Amino acid sequence: MKDRSELNKNLAQMLKGGVIMDVTTPEQAIIAEKAGACAVMALERIPADIRKVGGVSRMSDPKMIKEIQNVVSIPVMAKTRIGHFVEAQILQALDIDFIDESEVLSPADDLYHIDKNKFNAPFVCGAKDLGEALRRIEEGASMIRTKGEPGTGDIIQAVRHMRQINQQIRQIQNMREDELFNTAKNLQVNIELVRYIFINGKLPVVNFAAGGIATPADAALMMQLGAEGVFVGSGIFKSGDPAKRASAIVKAVTNFKDTNMIAELSEDLGEAMVGINDQEIDLLMSQRGT
Amino acid sequence: MNIGVLALQGGFVEHIRMLKEFNVNCIEIRQKSDIITHHFDGIIFPGGESSVIGKLLRELDLFEPLKKMIECGLPVFGTCAGMILLAKHIVNDQRTHFGVLDIHVRRNAYGKQSGSFKTIDVFKGLGKIPMVFIRAPYIEKVGENIEVLSVINNNIVAVKQNNIIVTSFHPELTTDSSVHRLFISVIQASNDNKLQKIDV
Repeated sequence: MKDRSELNKNLAQMLKGGVIMDVTTPEQAIIAEKAGACAVMALERIPADIRKVGGVSRMSDPKMIKEIQNVVSIPVMAKTRIGHFVEAQILQALDIDFIDESEVLSPADDLYHIDKNKFNAPFVCGAKDLGEALRRIEEGASMIRTKGEPGTGDIIQAVRHMRQINQQIRQIQNMREDELFNTAKNLQVNIELVRYIFINGKLPVVNFAAGGIATPADAALMMQLGAEGVFVGSGIFKSGDPAKRASAIVKAVTNFKDTNMIAELSEDLGEAMVGINDQEIDLLMSQRGT
Repeated sequence: MNIGVLALQGGFVEHIRMLKEFNVNCIEIRQKSDIITHHFDGIIFPGGESSVIGKLLRELDLFEPLKKMIECGLPVFGTCAGMILLAKHIVNDQRTHFGVLDIHVRRNAYGKQSGSFKTIDVFKGLGKIPMVFIRAPYIEKVGENIEVLSVINNNIVAVKQNNIIVTSFHPELTTDSSVHRLFISVIQASNDNKLQKIDV
């Protein structure tokens, strides 16, 4: 089991510097792969539409996930509701490459997340701060992402989470070793995880940005803030020219420090997703699961 | 010694970290200016998604100059996706990339993530070393000038052709740096050769 957990973290390492794109059909999956996605997230509705339609949103139809698995050669991810370990079991049975225990879907459990250590398939989970990230890692997550507000095209929350996590990591690095115990207590996590951060100055798993990324500049912003890659959800297929925008975001992630290139990439991308500000939304999905 | 590490996508940081124990200078290659402004003694193609790296190589105008450098004998070490980039034939993909290594390789040959595994097995000249396979390819057939370096369950997972070394697995994800050491010795031998030529 230890080997499996290492292999799953290793897969996340191979996704670094890449863009993971939400897709709802095999056609979109092909467009995403051609545009340079390093993985696709198969889901029935992209977050912007989940928001619009409302109601309970669940794991996608396995048939649709299989169709997407059949048309691309890159890893395929899919979402399970927070705490819904049977949906996760189904996704594992589908031989999915990565499971996202996601606040974008309606939570199935308001207390317990899935015990991800019991699964062979890797999990990615969202986190707003370091405590949340480390609790998910203790439960077996192989990858962390920010919990930016999905389906809004508003980057503010992803920025907040990335800054928060990295600030907390820097604080731990600057501590005296005997102060780590109290930090572990406050974060409600194992001292060994806190010690890992004290020594290495980073999470023990890969950390991506997710939620509200709509432009090459958004993607580069998150990379400059320390993200190791990005998820783009509604930002691509809710925009005027998905293939062009997707391709520009991929290049912006690779060359996130080259502002001349990002300026060029930002030109003439067609209409960006309209988006909503975080104050205008009724449902803050990032409050789901802590 | 300058080693360029292709840093377009994937596990390039792990290679750079592993090279720290050798006295080499690592240069990340993200765009054309990175190869114009540096001299390289060797180059590493890391793991990641070959579809992404192959596309970015072309769109960032890195493909042609790198191809020329490899064809002129620049030592190259490719892991996983790096093997795909160098292969002449990809059994289950119409795209090929540099096409300089005379092998028939199968992408994602062990299937999805559930087929990823770790093992300890024999690598020619290095004894038993740890090997991590992540959605890895393997080689089904090799040409005449290929030296096979490792075979796992009847599948070829590491080969050498002149100055090119490729592995299906990721030595950079382990703590064993012997394959990297081997690559550095290939670079040294290649540099010595060049010096001899100049003497003549």
